[in-house]
Amino acid sequence: MVGASSGAGLGGLLENANPLIYQRSGERPITAGEEDDQVPDSIDDREIFDLIRSINDPEHPLTLEELNVVEQVRVKVNDKESTVAVEFTPTIPHCSMATLIGLSIKVKLIRSLPERFKMDVHITPGTHASEHAVNKQLADKERVAAALENSHLLEVVNQCLSARS
Amino acid sequence: MLALLCTVVHLTLFYENQLKDHHLVIPSVLQGLRALSMSDVLPPGLAVSVLKAIFQEVHVQSLTQMDRHTVYSIITNFMRTREEELKSLGADFTFGFIQVMDGEKDPRNLLVAFRIVYDLISKDYSLGPFVEELFEVTSCYFPVDFTPPPNDPHGIQREDLILSLRAVLASTPRFAEFLLPLLLEKVDSEMLSAKLDSLQTLNACCAVYGQKELKDYLPSLWTSIRREVFQTSSERVEAEGLAALHSLSACLSRSVLEADAEDLLDSFLSSILEDCRHHLCEPDMKLVWPSAKLLQAAAGASARACDRVTSTVIPLLLEQFNRHSQSSQRRTILEMLLGFLKLQQKWGNEDKDEIPLSSFKTPLCSLVSLALADPSTQLQLVGIRALTVLGAQPGLLSTQDLELAIDHLYRLSFLEEESQSCLAAMEASGTLATLYPTVFISHLVPRLAEELHTGDTELASGEGPSYQARRLRCLQALSAVSTHASIVRETLPMLLQYLRHVHRGKNANSNEVIAVCRSLHLVAGQCQQEPESCWYFHQTAVPCLLALAVQASMPDKDLPNPGKLLLEEEVLAAMVSVISTASTHLSPELAAQSVALVVPLFLDGDVSFLSENSFPSKFLPFQNSSSEQKRLVALLMAFVCSLPKNVEIPQLDRLMQELLTLSCHHDRLFSCTAAAKCFAGLLNKHPAGQQLDEFLQKAMEKVETGLSPGPYRSQAFTLLLWVTKALVLRYHPLSSCLTERLMGLLSDAELGPAAADGFSLLMADCPDVLHRAGHAEIRIMFRQRFFTDSVPALVQGFHAAPQNVKPNYLKGLSHVLNSLPKPVLLPELPTLLSLLLEALSCTDSVVQLSTLSCLQPLLLDAPQVMSLHIDTLVTKFLNLSCSPSMAVRIAALQCIHALTRLPTPVLLPYKMQVIRALAKPLDDKKRLVRREAVTARGAWFLLGSPGS
Repeated sequence: MVGASSGAGLGGLLENANPLIYQRSGERPITAGEEDDQVPDSIDDREIFDLIRSINDPEHPLTLEELNVVEQVRVKVNDKESTVAVEFTPTIPHCSMATLIGLSIKVKLIRSLPERFKMDVHITPGTHASEHAVNKQLADKERVAAALENSHLLEVVNQCLSARS
Repeated sequence: MLALLCTVVHLTLFYENQLKDHHLVIPSVLQGLRALSMSDVLPPGLAVSVLKAIFQEVHVQSLTQMDRHTVYSIITNFMRTREEELKSLGADFTFGFIQVMDGEKDPRNLLVAFRIVYDLISKDYSLGPFVEELFEVTSCYFPVDFTPPPNDPHGIQREDLILSLRAVLASTPRFAEFLLPLLLEKVDSEMLSAKLDSLQTLNACCAVYGQKELKDYLPSLWTSIRREVFQTSSERVEAEGLAALHSLSACLSRSVLEADAEDLLDSFLSSILEDCRHHLCEPDMKLVWPSAKLLQAAAGASARACDRVTSTVIPLLLEQFNRHSQSSQRRTILEMLLGFLKLQQKWGNEDKDEIPLSSFKTPLCSLVSLALADPSTQLQLVGIRALTVLGAQPGLLSTQDLELAIDHLYRLSFLEEESQSCLAAMEASGTLATLYPTVFISHLVPRLAEELHTGDTELASGEGPSYQARRLRCLQALSAVSTHASIVRETLPMLLQYLRHVHRGKNANSNEVIAVCRSLHLVAGQCQQEPESCWYFHQTAVPCLLALAVQASMPDKDLPNPGKLLLEEEVLAAMVSVISTASTHLSPELAAQSVALVVPLFLDGDVSFLSENSFPSKFLPFQNSSSEQKRLVALLMAFVCSLPKNVEIPQLDRLMQELLTLSCHHDRLFSCTAAAKCFAGLLNKHPAGQQLDEFLQKAMEKVETGLSPGPYRSQAFTLLLWVTKALVLRYHPLSSCLTERLMGLLSDAELGPAAADGFSLLMADCPDVLHRAGHAEIRIMFRQRFFTDSVPALVQGFHAAPQNVKPNYLKGLSHVLNSLPKPVLLPELPTLLSLLLEALSCTDSVVQLSTLSCLQPLLLDAPQVMSLHIDTLVTKFLNLSCSPSMAVRIAALQCIHALTRLPTPVLLPYKMQVIRALAKPLDDKKRLVRREAVTARGAWFLLGSPGS
């Protein structure tokens, strides 16, 4: 599904060599309630944001948070109804990495959230040239599954999800 | 002698002739020549002729590795002993050697050959027209690409070859014209290792090169380094690039200028500034930091480079700061500026008349003021650091500047909600106060005093939490600023006065008293380095604290309840740390002076030296006094157990006897424990000998009588524990006997659990007694020794023990294992592992937790051993990840994460099982558990998957 973009950017010239950098939000402070064995903590926006903010950008040695591709205000979760919606914003409107970034976010959520959740990952409206096509690809479960069968693509996604050394 | 000489000559000539013979004899001939090359009696001239013969007759590279090595040895031997003769050969020797080593492939031989080339160059042999050939014959190995075969008996590492080749290549400026293009080519390649090696070699070259060698290559070198720093994804490449730039700049700064020559440093720095300065104006963009780092690396090389760069960059950054108004942008700019200020500080002081930075002082000060006044914490923090750097520049800031700075720091210490800036402001006050004590005394201390004082009037009108917080901050600020002897003389009386005032107040609460004590403790710590203020503190604070405590312990019915505050355990603990810190650094004479007053106070009730000493009744804590008085033994402990070892304690026999008696014959556990600790502390420091043995014997009698069924069992146990600790720390021979006694108690129905926990006390560092700061006798390896001595017995005891007390043994063992450095543990692992695995099934969550925390580092450090038990580990960890205790679930998930360090083939059969099982903790009710589950599951997904 992202055959065209999967090879680019791993060598050669960067599409956007000097992007804007945003500050990382610190670790979430641990509250007394969280340390209390009895109190249940519901899954909230910040928790979902913490899952995806440290995903590496495929091009830069930077996280999606530092590039402002993901923001906490664009993460919506409803624990009771088991739904998650994440909007992400490519750094430039023609970013060829958009699908790959979306796929990484999706895979991270699939691996990290309980199965009961229904997740929706899409581009922030109006921020990408082929927004509609990318959203459609990301919403299609079979295409996502097929993409992960492609070992080259899986490699790139895994690199984005690996902890930074 | 002559005959011997003759023989040697003949032998040599014989061998030389044999070199022309059939190739089968050559190895043996070479062996013979090598033996001769080591001989002292070889007449002059023969070395040359042997070498000539070898160069002429032998095609070295068609010999075996061993024989080639022999040739190199012959050359090395001659070079060592007959340098002059060899040099007479001139460039022919060099040429001959080039032919010998041309095409060498064996790493063992290469190490020797590189060494020979290095000697050729460094010992100044004539290279003649063969410089380029010599370069070619060595540089063809660059960058070294060698992986030692597995089980290599020769132990040659890639790093060895890299370093010896680098030594050759970077040994002479004569290689420069050939080497620099090669380095440039390799830096531009795709290989990470080639980039690193080239940059490091360039770095090494700069030590011998001058302007002449570098001149033509500077633009290309700069382009390559810039590219690596701007676009790299590897931090190592970035670091090496910056280091190389630093060396280049240092090299250019070092060279002496000819009158008419162009200043290369200047033009080099200009090109760097040209390429970087516009990035500095975009504080949001990615390249801003790499640019700043490049400039700082270049500027850090010399005073001249620093001047050149900062004179452009500082005004630029000052202007940019004012142009950008967002806090985050300003923070980036100020942080860069801070880097340059630090460089200025490093180079600025070298023989100059004017104070560096003084031309920028006004704008810098106003900029720092802006930063400190900004609402953003991050900007404030950088501002505080900048202020500290400016303040550290002697003579830069005027008194007015400092007063303004103090205003800011004062405001930040109090008005800011953010505790980060508050702490940073206090720390900065402390640093600056050491440099400018008079300004702080005149400007800050009175305001803090007033702050403490205004508290009182508000106290009457009712107090809010904010008021309390403010007073706590004020106490913190007072202690933070007490970094200079003259300031301590102002602040200490204030703090003590305040303590007196607080504990008598109507609404006094223990938190406040503890806060004062904490401040006193900090001040005491800051006084330790200077003997004079140390004594001042001790002399002023200790009698005052003791007087207040004695006063509180008086059986006075009229005394209002808050007066007893000082006897609460927490408050006493806080006072203990003050007294102990105030006593550790006393000189022996002064300590003796003080101990002669304090011990009689406790033994005979001699209160004459206390600052307020009219008490309604006698103070005799060891006699039939109230339990309040007995509690103060803790303060005695704080004092006598912190004194240096060589201070003699008066009436020691009597004191020890009293302590023993108190430790076992009182029903208040606090006083007993204090007495036991005090006894143990003195015991630990007492020199070996008859007196020590007597003390020990008495203690053991006391313990044994106490442990027999009766009301004082737990007191006797506490005494045993502390005495054991005192002896274990100093390797006393009796300690093993006491440890055995302690282990025996593990199966005791009543004391078993306490004995198990006692092992953690034995291993841990104690905050108030028997610690290094208090000069206790502590051998470094005591934990390891205790482990070796006690673990076999613990394991044996575990197997022999009845089922109901087994957990005690496991717990004791867990405590010992937990405290041990992991490298010590690794060799013991095979014998202990089965026990640890058994402990995982133990139902006690404390045992589970400590076992998990013990296994987790082992999984990381010894994956091979652990992979034998993979089946058990996976099952048990997954079970524990559903434990009712949150801490156990978290630890189990961390272990499951650590499992991924095991060899992948071992794990793959379990991958799906683990991933499926971890779906459950992903929905755990606790967020902290979910977080660990996410990390662990993510790591398991990556196992055996491409790209991980």
